[in-house]
This record gives sequence, structure tokens and C-alpha cells, in this order.
Amino acid sequence: MRDEAVRALRRGVAVLVLAGLLLAPWAVDDYTVALLARTLALGLVGVSVALLTGVAGLPTLGQTAPYAAGAYASAVVGSRLSDVGVVHLAVAAAAGAALAAATVPLVVAARGVIVLMITLAVGELAVTVVGRWRSVTGGTDGLAGVPPVRPLWGLPVLATDRARYLYALVVVAVLVGAVLLILRTRVGLLLRAGRDDEARLRASGHRVAAHVAAAHVAAGAVAGAAGSLLVVAQQFVSPADFGFDTSALLLLGVVVGGVASVGGALVGTAVVIAARDWLFGVLPGHAPLVLGVAFVVTVYLLPGDAHRPPGVRGRLLPGRPPRPADPAAERPSPTGARA
Amino acid sequence: MAVDIRIDPYLVPALDGVAYGLLVFVAAAGLVLCFGVAGILNLAHGTLYAIGGYTAAALMDGGWPSLLLALAVGVVAATAAGALVAGLLTRVAARSHLTQALLTFGLALVGGSLLVAAFGPDDPPVRVPAALDGSVAVAGHRYAAYRLVFIVVAAVLAGLLHLAVRRTRAGMLVRAAVDDAEMVAVLGVNPAWIRVGVLAVAGALAGAAGVLGAPIIGPGPDTADGVLLLSLVVVVLGGLGSMTGTLLAALAVGQIQTLGVALAPSAAPFLLFAAMAAVLAVRARGLATARRAS
Repeated sequence: MRDEAVRALRRGVAVLVLAGLLLAPWAVDDYTVALLARTLALGLVGVSVALLTGVAGLPTLGQTAPYAAGAYASAVVGSRLSDVGVVHLAVAAAAGAALAAATVPLVVAARGVIVLMITLAVGELAVTVVGRWRSVTGGTDGLAGVPPVRPLWGLPVLATDRARYLYALVVVAVLVGAVLLILRTRVGLLLRAGRDDEARLRASGHRVAAHVAAAHVAAGAVAGAAGSLLVVAQQFVSPADFGFDTSALLLLGVVVGGVASVGGALVGTAVVIAARDWLFGVLPGHAPLVLGVAFVVTVYLLPGDAHRPPGVRGRLLPGRPPRPADPAAERPSPTGARA
Repeated sequence: MAVDIRIDPYLVPALDGVAYGLLVFVAAAGLVLCFGVAGILNLAHGTLYAIGGYTAAALMDGGWPSLLLALAVGVVAATAAGALVAGLLTRVAARSHLTQALLTFGLALVGGSLLVAAFGPDDPPVRVPAALDGSVAVAGHRYAAYRLVFIVVAAVLAGLLHLAVRRTRAGMLVRAAVDDAEMVAVLGVNPAWIRVGVLAVAGALAGAAGVLGAPIIGPGPDTADGVLLLSLVVVVLGGLGSMTGTLLAALAVGQIQTLGVALAPSAAPFLLFAAMAAVLAVRARGLATARRAS
């Protein structure tokens, strides 16, 4: 009974959010629309963080690295080769996936807080490289004046903020839909099983390391595609977009949204980023202070989840007690202590 | 003679690298302790260093007493800040490392914001004691006297740290807590106090590094992030929990950042990244299994 009510509530929230997102560009001014488009791009990075942190069990602070790789690849392609959005997306996703694949040996064997540390170092080093590789990235000045894209061959270029926002919305919807669909198949099941009880899954003959590596590369591709959306949204890219604070905000958004919930990650990240943008608007100079206090307060307000599996799927609203009919809670755990 | 000519131009960067590496080691040692003992990734660690740096900039006026005063104030302030982080962490310590990371990042934001509010958004100049303000001759080169003295002091600090961890009872407890925290708890030592103590000591080390290292890595709004990144790289390169490994990694990073830039300016941005990738790719598997087994 309660289960159904919660499910209905979740569906209602999802429909409301979607309707709001579709109608938003007609309700607010152009500047806000551009901000919203950028927020969508960050939301997509949040989805990739959730994919790693919640679903695959690799808490990450380094998804800004493939995000940056995708953004710069997209900007370079946009200025020199092609103005077709799909090409940008493909190139950006490939760049993000390539960077993620290059860092697989660093990440895949580690677990827990070590992953946080290594990914943070990788992300920060990537930003440092971006800031110093002047010939390609323009250094700390960034790449400005990236020409507007056309979504497909033969379509008009996206000249207005509204058009760019809608393009970003469509791409995010398609990619998030694809991620959700894939997670509903055996792939998602194997990833979650590897997260919850790695030893048992390995004992039954599955190559957990290979699954985790694949998830890492896939998350890199998603983050890379998000980088392309960022370039479309603001037609400018600089290392400031990929700083340490961005990683932490993404993680906060994902945790607020419920670590293992892809939709929750999108909403949570969007809310956190929007709150950040709003704070910087109304409280110039004191925004980091308020933001920091918000981090601390959020951590204290989050429900205590010491003895729960790392992520209960579909947890959209924090603060709600776990569903009594949760299959994860009833599943017998032969090794017991892992959760 | 020919050898002299080839080595000579790189002597000063190499010495700089030693000073830089030792500074990074003293800053990173606290992070190793936090991480090894309490499993805490303290993202506010760079802020603790910045507290020391700003103290040095505010108090040092060119005399010896002011240096000692700055050192005392900086160490006490950073120790208190470290203990505060530990206190705030105790309530969420039982939860996941995600919440720990978020909490410490929030504290870093608050701390950085307060420091900028108190000391202004610019990088303040730091005055070293007048006696050390000049330069001395090292193998025919002029070299900043302060840095030479710093190398000696930091080496002494590193040695003392080694002795404290290896030879004292507190160090023994800390090492025991790394190996088996539950067993230490059974022996009657409250793990929560060990955590507070370790974070406070980490704060003291970072504060000392901040005061003494202010003329090398000066205080400023970007200092906290930079020091945190360097410390993280060094801790990861050093094998996540080994003091000796961290020292070697810090010295290597110092050389990469100074000598590497002098030798191969175009490749310099990638050197740090490449070093980390190489070491991790070789060692990651062994590291992870060792961790998981413990």
C-alpha cells in the first residue's frame, strides 16, 4: 500500500519535473535559460557520477576529467572541423571514454576511500594539464567563440539560448533514458551485485573487474558527452568549469538525490548547481561560506545509512525511511558482514 | 670541467626541489596519518596549511621572535582546526566515506572563505627573518639562505616525526590502530580519541608547514587547493599510508616540479600526471589487495 503510494508519488514528481523542464525556457529570461542549459550538462555528469558511485560502488571525485576532455574535444572540433552536434557528441563521448579507459588501471583495483583519493588526484591533475597546455586548450584563458552547432546535418544552427537549451534537454533525455534502459538489463543487475557482494559474484565466475572497468569507461563517455553540451550551452570553455568545487558539488548532488538513483542524481545535481548559481547571484563574496555551511548541514541532515547497502535503488527523497518491502533488505546474505 | 658545465645550471633547481619536496612531505604527512589511521580523506587539509601560511604573513616582521611567535600561533590554530574537524566528524564517522568527504569539503569552503574575509583576497607578502633574507654561495651559485635553513629544519622535522611514529608509545598506538583498530579498542584506548588526536597532530604538522613554508608556497586564496592536490598526489604515489614512501614521493615530486620544469619545459605539465599514472599502474593491484585484506 505504502509502496504503491511512494511509487505514484515518484512518478508524479518525475512528470512534474519533465513538464517544468520543457516549459522552463518560455517562463524565464535568456540568461537563466543559458544557466539552465549548463545545469543540464552538469546534471548529466551527475548521472555518470551516480553510475560509478551508486551503481558500480566506486565513489568518485574525478568525473570532471572526462567531462573536461569531452568539452575540449568538442570545442576543438567545433572550431576547426564540423558544426554538427551529433559529431560533437560522438567525439566528446569518445574523448571522455578514452580518458576513462586510460585511468582504468588506476581505479579498477581500488575500492572505497582510495578511489575517492585517486579520482580526486586524477581530476585535479587533468585540470592542471588543461590549464597549462596552451596550444590546444588556450590555457587558463580558455577557448572562446566556439561557433554555434546544428543538431544534425541540414538543420539550422542553434542561434538562441532557448534552442540550445532544448537541444541539451533532448540529448540529456536520450542519454539518461539509454542509461536507465541498460541498467534494467542483466548489465545493471551484475553491476549492483558486484557492488553489494563482490566476493560472491566472483566466486560464481563473473569477472567483476571487467564489469567495473566497463562501467568506468561508459561513465567516462557519458561525462564526455556532457562536456559537449556544456560547450554548446555557453560557447566557451575554461579550466574554471572543471575545478575541485565542481567535483564536490556533483558528489553532493548525487548523494542528495540518492546515490544509486540515476534520475535522483540528475535532479539532485541540478538542484545543488542551481542553488550554487543563485547563491553567487544574491550573495556575492559570501557564497562559498554559505555553500560550505550548506554542505555541513546537508551531511548532518542526511539519514544515517551505516548498515544499509551502499545504495537503495530509486531513493528520490532523502529522509524517507527505507521501504519495508525492499527486496535488498530481505535478500539473504550468505557472507553477512559485507553490507 | 665538461661535467661541471652540464650539471651546473641545474644545481639551483635541484636544491629548490629538495626544499619544495620536504615542504610537501611535512604538509602531506598529516594526510597520511589521517588516511592511514582513521580512513579519513580530509579535504580540509590544504586549509590547515593555509591557516599557518596566513599566520606567518600576518605576524612575521623580519625578526626571530616574530618567527617563533608565528610558529606557535600557527601550529596552535591549525591544531585546533584539526581537532574541530575531528569533532565534527565523530557524529558522521560511522557513515560512509562519501559523507566524510562532503563534510570536510564543506569545512574547507567555510575555512577558505573565513580566511579570505580575515586577510583579504590577495596573496599577502611574507617577510623572513632579516638574518636569512640574503643569499649564500653554494658551489659558486647564489642561493636563498632561508631555503637552505628550511631544508635543514624540515629534514629535522621529518626525522622527529619518524622517531615519534616508530619509538614513542603514541606512535605505537597509532601504528596499532592502522593495523587493527578493534584490537586497540579492546586494549582500552578509545578509537574516537585516537582519531581526534591524529587529526590534531595532522593539523599541527600542516600548520608548521604553513608557517615555515610560507616563503616557498605562500598563502593565498588558491593555496589550500594547491597544497591539497600536491599532498594527495604525494600520498598516492607514496603508497597510501607509508611514511617512507611518502617522503620519497615528496622528494620526487619536488624534483619534477623544479628540475623537470628546467629540463623539459614543454613536457612539465604532464610529468606529474605521468609519474602518478606509472606508479599507480605498477602498484595499484598490490595496494588494493593489501588494503582489502586488512
